[in-house]
Amino acid sequence: MIPEVGHLALSLALAVALIQSILPMLGASRGNLAWMRSGQSLALVQLALVAIAFGALMWSFVVSDFSVRNVAENSHSMKPMIYKIAGTWGSHEGSLLLWVLILTIFGGGVALFGANIPDALRARTLSVQGWISVGFLSFMLFTSNPFARLVNPPLDGQDMNPLLQDIGLALHPPFLYLGYVGFSIVFSFAVAALIEGRVDPAWARWVRPWTLAAWTFLTGGIVLGSWWAYYELGWGGWWFWDPVENVSFMPWLVGTALLHSAIVVEKRDSLKSWTILLAILTFSLSLLGTFVVRSGVLTSVHAFATDPSRGVYILLLLGIAIIGSFALFAWRAPAMEGGGLYRPVSRESALLINNLLLATGAATVLFGTLYPLALEAVTGEKISVGPPYYNAAFVPVMLPMVILAGIGPFLSWKRADLGGVLDRLKLVAGVSLVAGIAIWAVTTEGSILAAASIFAATFLLLATVQEWAWRIKLGKAPLSESLRRARNLPRSAWGMSLAHLGLAVCIFGFVGSTIWKSETVAFAEPGSTVEVAGFELTFRGSERVKGPNYEAIRGILDVTRDGKPVTTLYPERRNYTFARSQTTESAIRSTVLGDLYTSIREPADENIRNTWTLRVVYEPLVRFIWLGAALMILGGLVSLSDRRLRVGAPARDRRRGMAAAPAE
Amino acid sequence: MKRILWFLPLIVAVAIGGFALWGLVADRDPSRIPSVLIGRPAPAIALDPVPELGTPGLSTADLTAGGRPVLVNFFASWCVPCKAEHAVLSRLAREHGVTLYGVNYKDKADDARRWLNDLGNPYARIGWDNSGRAGIEWGISGVPETFVIRGDGIVVHRYVGPIVGADAQQEILSALREAGLKEPAS
Repeated sequence: MIPEVGHLALSLALAVALIQSILPMLGASRGNLAWMRSGQSLALVQLALVAIAFGALMWSFVVSDFSVRNVAENSHSMKPMIYKIAGTWGSHEGSLLLWVLILTIFGGGVALFGANIPDALRARTLSVQGWISVGFLSFMLFTSNPFARLVNPPLDGQDMNPLLQDIGLALHPPFLYLGYVGFSIVFSFAVAALIEGRVDPAWARWVRPWTLAAWTFLTGGIVLGSWWAYYELGWGGWWFWDPVENVSFMPWLVGTALLHSAIVVEKRDSLKSWTILLAILTFSLSLLGTFVVRSGVLTSVHAFATDPSRGVYILLLLGIAIIGSFALFAWRAPAMEGGGLYRPVSRESALLINNLLLATGAATVLFGTLYPLALEAVTGEKISVGPPYYNAAFVPVMLPMVILAGIGPFLSWKRADLGGVLDRLKLVAGVSLVAGIAIWAVTTEGSILAAASIFAATFLLLATVQEWAWRIKLGKAPLSESLRRARNLPRSAWGMSLAHLGLAVCIFGFVGSTIWKSETVAFAEPGSTVEVAGFELTFRGSERVKGPNYEAIRGILDVTRDGKPVTTLYPERRNYTFARSQTTESAIRSTVLGDLYTSIREPADENIRNTWTLRVVYEPLVRFIWLGAALMILGGLVSLSDRRLRVGAPARDRRRGMAAAPAE
Repeated sequence: MKRILWFLPLIVAVAIGGFALWGLVADRDPSRIPSVLIGRPAPAIALDPVPELGTPGLSTADLTAGGRPVLVNFFASWCVPCKAEHAVLSRLAREHGVTLYGVNYKDKADDARRWLNDLGNPYARIGWDNSGRAGIEWGISGVPETFVIRGDGIVVHRYVGPIVGADAQQEILSALREAGLKEPAS
């Protein structure tokens, strides 16, 4: 009964979305206020309906209703409750429902909190959001109904892919989707502005909080995914340049560019068509990600069960959305330039260069991701593109961007004194150079890229701190004065400093865990010893452990350093009985300096029952990656709480009626 | 001319969409690697040894010299999965008497030497494919990749990815046995 309610709610949501995609748009072009405002109630009704559907599916998972096919295929009565709930979005159908739920949450958000947005713009934005809803709701109802029933329900389910039964991955999709889909609202704003034919600072101010929120969530989603890959896949790496990772990274890069170019539109009324283009691109890349993950055109370590008919449908949706919006862009955007003028050396220019570098970075990732497909289409040859390509093509593009992120905040708008800024950064640059050279000298690998990365990261770190100290006059004024200034610093400035610091910290982690990594793969029998990075690991033996829906073999490793005991690690190899598959549970000893990472595999052969494959990796500074990412997320949140964004933007001057919202 | 620039995003999007459509519609399985080499003579190979390593290089004649099946393994020091299968390969060579030849693919000599010194060198011969030329000739899709070659030089089996786990090992061993591998009595 409950699943049918969910199905009905979903069908009704499609009907509501259809009305939402037409009525407010029509109202906006005819100047009919009632029609325009219908968008808000429609968006909220749609949100309620999709929430009911989502709740119905979750309920089916919680009570293990195996007459629902989706539950039977992806759950099991013995599964822990938290993973039953997470199972709601663990499959293709369920995750699509989550996707749409988040889409409608953002639509509802604009309806509820967009009181300061002019009616026409809000109506058009909600209509565009309605188009996206129609596309995805119809996709779900026609090709992947999450509520399909089974005529002969099984006694128990087939269990979810055990790799996904993990807290990191239970949270990964919701965050990733909040990011991906969050950019839909920015896309809708951009398309609405193109239809309206105008973009101004007020527009940028309305768009910025949504961009910032989506960016923050996307950062969180990517990091959760990377963290999961690190401890769950058992290889000890945190990024593999796998197509599925790349498609989440590209919207992040372009979204980061968008975040920065929107500032220029807001402050200086410039870079307008570029910002619109970025807004369209960010969401287009998110859609591309959805397509790649679900269609199976590219091979990946983690893809959903794929089905070509679904792929064609998504591609069709993608085609309409992307080609339609780019056509609209080609038609309307040329009329939009103008606004503030600026000199080649100014903050505008710095932000523009940063944008171009980020876009180039995203393009190299896009090229690397799609090149194998294109090559196969043209020549029939099959290749794969791996880390050497990205190290050679992507990293060198990003390094100048990192250095620029250190310099940019010192530059003033319109025209800046580059000589003066460089003079101020002399010391920072010198220290960073010494750090880079020192790294180059002590590293036996002698990789110039690593040294350059360390230089760039140190520079960004110190420059950011210096810029912050300069703003609050640290050391130049009495401490109380500095503290007062720090308190009064806009939250967006705090956010910027935190996020830039986070980036620098991340880079230390990337470089450290890549070039100083030491690893050993050994066949170990009880009693044998492995040595890595000064640690001695003695394999004491193994024991059998029983979990709720799995059986595990747990290795016991005594870790000593210079003869002194450090810790004991228990890596596991889990065998999920119902899902008939196995997972690796690595055991990690984490310190700020580095992670000692161990994973174990059962004997490869029956004849060698006592020989275990032991993988021990020492990854220096790997924690810096998570720490840096946390700083970036914190920066996003702090910036999001900026008063300017909460109080609401002032009304457009040439527009009737909308007074500025009162201050708190 | 300037007007065309505004259409650039549209054109790029349409091109990408075209490839994506081909990827969906064309009758293909992205995870299947075509094995055109199976049943044919192994492609010509003439590779110098890795400088200063002390292991001889690899040429076509070596493949058929002993009249017994050989395993040709493409590996690189930068390739993490290669490390995972290294122990398996070593054991095949040591315990099952497999003649193991390596092709060191797109690697720096220093790195390759260090890698082999650290992990041990189970290869009877190693060709240094610095340019990736042999990789192209053999049509590999990445490293590691391993070929079973019969005593008469015919490729009989191809394995893509690291040989880890009982199934993979069994697959390689049975291909080798079919090709006439004589295992030492132990």
